[in-house]
Amino acid sequence: MKIIIAGLGKVGNTLAQQLAAENDYDLTVVDRNAQVLQTVVEKYDVLGVQGNCAAMTTLVDAGVKDADLLIAVTDADEMNLLCCVTAHSLNPRIHTIARIRNPEYSDQVYKMRDLLALSMSVNPEKQAAIEIERLLKYPGFLKREPFAKGRMEIVELRVEPGSKLCNVALNNLVDAVNCKVLVCAVTRGGECIMPSGNFVLREGDKIFVTSESNNLTRLLKNLGIITRKVNRVLICGGGRVSYYLSQLLLKSGIQVQIIENNPERCLMLAEQLPEADIIQGDASSQALLESEGLFSCDALVSLTGLDELNVIIALYGSRHGVPQIITKVGHLEPNGILDTLPVGSLVCPKELCSNGIVRYVRAMRNQTGAAITTHRIAGGRAEALEFRVDENTRHRGEPLKSLKIKPNILLVSINHASHVELPNGDSCYQTGDGVVIVTNGSETIYQLNDIFA
Amino acid sequence: MNYRMIGRISAKILAVEAVFMIPALLICVGYHEFAAALAFAKAMLCIALASAVLYFVGRKSYRGFYAREGLICVGLIWIIMSLLGCLPFYFSGEIPHFIDAFFEIVSGFTTTGASILPEVEKLSHGILYWRSFSHWIGGMGVLVFLLAISGRGEQGGYTLHLLRAESPGPDVGKMLPRMKQTAITLYVIYIVLTVLNTVFLLVGGMPLFDSVCTAFGTAGTGGFGVKNDSIAGYSPYLQNVCTVFMLLFGVNFNCYYLLLIGNLRSVLKDEEVRLYFGIVFGSIALIAWNIRHMYATIEETLRHAAFQVATIITTTGYATTDFDLWPSFSKAILMVLMAVGACAGSTGGGIKCARVLLLFKSLRRNIHKVLDPRKVQVVRINNRPVSEVVLENTNAYLAAYASILVFSFLVLSTDGFTTTTNFTAVLSCFNNIGPGLEAVGPTCNYASFSVLSKLVLIMDMLAGRLEIFPILVLFSRSTWRKK
Repeated sequence: MKIIIAGLGKVGNTLAQQLAAENDYDLTVVDRNAQVLQTVVEKYDVLGVQGNCAAMTTLVDAGVKDADLLIAVTDADEMNLLCCVTAHSLNPRIHTIARIRNPEYSDQVYKMRDLLALSMSVNPEKQAAIEIERLLKYPGFLKREPFAKGRMEIVELRVEPGSKLCNVALNNLVDAVNCKVLVCAVTRGGECIMPSGNFVLREGDKIFVTSESNNLTRLLKNLGIITRKVNRVLICGGGRVSYYLSQLLLKSGIQVQIIENNPERCLMLAEQLPEADIIQGDASSQALLESEGLFSCDALVSLTGLDELNVIIALYGSRHGVPQIITKVGHLEPNGILDTLPVGSLVCPKELCSNGIVRYVRAMRNQTGAAITTHRIAGGRAEALEFRVDENTRHRGEPLKSLKIKPNILLVSINHASHVELPNGDSCYQTGDGVVIVTNGSETIYQLNDIFA
Repeated sequence: MNYRMIGRISAKILAVEAVFMIPALLICVGYHEFAAALAFAKAMLCIALASAVLYFVGRKSYRGFYAREGLICVGLIWIIMSLLGCLPFYFSGEIPHFIDAFFEIVSGFTTTGASILPEVEKLSHGILYWRSFSHWIGGMGVLVFLLAISGRGEQGGYTLHLLRAESPGPDVGKMLPRMKQTAITLYVIYIVLTVLNTVFLLVGGMPLFDSVCTAFGTAGTGGFGVKNDSIAGYSPYLQNVCTVFMLLFGVNFNCYYLLLIGNLRSVLKDEEVRLYFGIVFGSIALIAWNIRHMYATIEETLRHAAFQVATIITTTGYATTDFDLWPSFSKAILMVLMAVGACAGSTGGGIKCARVLLLFKSLRRNIHKVLDPRKVQVVRINNRPVSEVVLENTNAYLAAYASILVFSFLVLSTDGFTTTTNFTAVLSCFNNIGPGLEAVGPTCNYASFSVLSKLVLIMDMLAGRLEIFPILVLFSRSTWRKK
């Protein structure tokens, strides 16, 4: 399958990395900047074409005429749209994905979808906002990844000092937390482990737990993690993510305070979000944070454009005992360093956006049997995939203990029509069920049959 | 520096080399040359051992592999490969001195074709085959071969550093999105052309063994023949086949890919290809006019002129006549052609037509700049702007080229040959051609040089084939500094 990636910003880079790692696509990347192009071409096995990606000549050079998919992720929405329209006029069969993040366009892109011929449009900031809102609804978890239309989730927890989970072997976990859960991955010291039954949890581990969504409150309660409903959120930075997030939070009646340094931006936010408190000031000033009620807020979300500032604000918040902290990282690569710091939940817009696109690409490559949901967990070191069992799936109705599954792959849940089952050796799946697996990414899984050894 | 990774790649290259020796071994057995067969068996054992040791060194390598590693990896691998590749010559006793055997195989791998052997017809068939096959291996490059056959675990952007270091040309890149496809495409074109060449030679009545060896020498633009008088003893038809195929192997392989996908226009409009054929036809005309009194018929004159021009500009080094006896104007043209060389991205050596083009264009720009200092100009090739980095590298290349030429010439001058001999010996080895003039002319050989001179020529051949920098960095102190 031939894919063209136009624009090598944060998302473009992440996409090139993820798609090149799957080793199954012919990737061509287009960027105007020769140096940026050079770095990517030397890092991944891709072909580089220099030029304006919306220009016909550049697109022809990049081989648009026999490409299957064009992903336009330059920093300008208009450029992305023009790029997709041009590509479509050169090759009517091509699928196109464009990044559109200006909220003013979101409506018309939907209404003009036939004219623009977009197969999909992505908005990293909006995705990030939705993700953050979900995290805020369930304080206590670092991350939540929903499957089976939200009936089942994989949540990330940190094993705090003195927690009930310390020094518990996974075999005895059910007794310790007194509800049905399954640990599908653990990160310890920057490494991702697919644990077996006699794996013992230690303080500082981050664990990924599969559970039914209805069970999550009970899990938190049994673990002794006190949760209170979020009433007041302090947001540092007034960018696009803040805008989308505030909209979502205000809708569900949560009080929002935004600290933003740029007066014009403040004015704009104040116009667009009449119910939010917009504070003009420097979020890096501790005095300002304190005077705006850092100590009494339920959650601190740092969304400024500077990763390092976000991390510092988060560290400051955690020092002062803010119950929930969410940190946005834009540039930093998931390399395990941030795992060791108490910065709360990490949200990475480029990853979220790239994940969505990779999911689309896989579905395109494999029209039947492709994963319906994919989530990269443990900082990208593991992947959780949801598949639908169909007539072509092998071993239907056989108990799991009799199946030979490749190493480093874990079957973490079977979603029957009526209920979600956390599988044991006697479980089996039938046509129509959903199956969630977790893999450490040593092999790309395109369809469910790929997991069998 | 990532020594382990370099070790691992070297181990694989050596394994490939050992496998490449199998046909030679079988030929030895087929011709009942058991001494040579034993030599090949011993050599393969040595290579396998070395490969195993290197594999052991590189078993736990991390992934960091950058331009620096790429250059050093290619430079080291070519030296190690040559040191081990000359073992059959040495073990069989057909080339008694190790340094001579080393010279011979480096000359083979770098597709030079300069020999220290006075009489090749005395060699056994297996050794002859290995000599010619080394041209074929070295022509496209072993690392490119490795990239073509390696599995998906070995793919990644870092392979670009290897391709860049091993493939000739000022601006090397992939023609297809994936390195593996690119490498496979290059080798498929290479193999198809070689087979075609063999078939054309067979049709002309050349024996099978001779055809295959000659085709290898032509494909790699090497020049080792299987006869003492190179190609001179074969019929005019066979000589013309050689002329045509030498010229074809001197064309950028990207052009064949463009032809393959039906893009004839771009090939015909390619400035480098035009320059290359322009130089070829111009030189043939001038030389033919210059030597018109030396041969009986026009056909013979043109045939010899064309063959010699093709053999020199593509840096092959076959000969159909002793061009050392030609008038000085013709010899001068040939010496210029030695330096110009074939197209970038071909199997030929020399400075490459692409660089000559770049140099002239940037020279013209500088002249304009002197006349009109405020003028802003961009150098274009095929109507595309050439980046300043490429121009800078081309200038650096030329500087390195000149310094190495001068240095080698000085060292060789200690041996007591004439200035022409020394200069053309260096020019010929450095540009991977083979024969020079006077004492290293087409009918002579390099045996009488001192060990020091031979070592310098060996380094020249390697530097010429790998476009200087992979070899030059091996002598740089900052390369070996801990980092």
